Amino acid sequence: MTAHAPERSLPPVTGLAMASLALIIIGGIYLAAHLPERVPLTPAAILLAASALLLTVNLVMLSRVRGFAWKRFFSVGRWALLAYAITAGLIEFAFLRDGVRGGVLVILTLSIIVYAVHVPILIAFTVARYER
Amino acid sequence: MGLPIVAVIFAALVTAIIANRLWPLMFLHVVFGAAWTIIDLFLGFVIGPIMKRLPVPARIELTTRLMPRTVIIMPTIVTVTLAAGWQLGTLMGTVNSSYYNHGWIVASYIVVGCMAVIALGLLSPANIAVLFELKKPNPNPAVIQTLMKRFIYAAGFTGTLQLATLVIMTKIRVG
Repeated sequence: MTAHAPERSLPPVTGLAMASLALIIIGGIYLAAHLPERVPLTPAAILLAASALLLTVNLVMLSRVRGFAWKRFFSVGRWALLAYAITAGLIEFAFLRDGVRGGVLVILTLSIIVYAVHVPILIAFTVARYER
Repeated sequence: MGLPIVAVIFAALVTAIIANRLWPLMFLHVVFGAAWTIIDLFLGFVIGPIMKRLPVPARIELTTRLMPRTVIIMPTIVTVTLAAGWQLGTLMGTVNSSYYNHGWIVASYIVVGCMAVIALGLLSPANIAVLFELKKPNPNPAVIQTLMKRFIYAAGFTGTLQLATLVIMTKIRVG
């Protein structure tokens, strides 16, 4: 007999988070690929908005789950948030050091915020879903 | 022991970026990039197939020793490789769209982007979840197996993408 991991019906948090991260990465590649030229920011802004929307959807769907291991979720999430805030700070430092300014800086900073919030949620969710 | 070493490495990274000198940036990018490639290939194509053939207790034993190290090593080498690489590209002008091999540079962004989504979305959460499961008084072997399978498959996929990185980086180097 093969043992199985205890699975329960949960929202597609991992899939949505990966899609959200992919959107901000595509936006980042679009901006980076045109350096140092000035490019229209609209495509990157649309990708960022879509990514933030997926983050919001993920949070709303997750908040509606009954009987979820919230204590474990928050205990893991806050440390993961601290770790990813440090890496986000390093990335932001590199942008400022390289003289990124204006609309590009705003879009990149907001993208980093989405990254620094969504990845810890994903880590905390993956740990908490197997909590007994 | 691991965290102080990570702190020293990050301090070296910040110093190299502030100094903006060719050799420290090249050193960090090449050394940590090589480590990233080798570890991904080793996990995906050597450890993965071996682990699949091991009995469950042996898998758990290997996981118990492997995962605490990867949770420290992988984010560190990825951060250093990418941050030093970006600063190096800025210093050398290879990130500019006027660079004659710009298409290959953009290809490297795409490959790294794919690896980042897999690493952040699958590898890292599975790694940390395994550690939490192992810390429980009675770890569930099925949970560990499920998460390790996810970890090894994801590592194998990023290992395959690393082959693309090797092609791109050698092409950029020779022009």
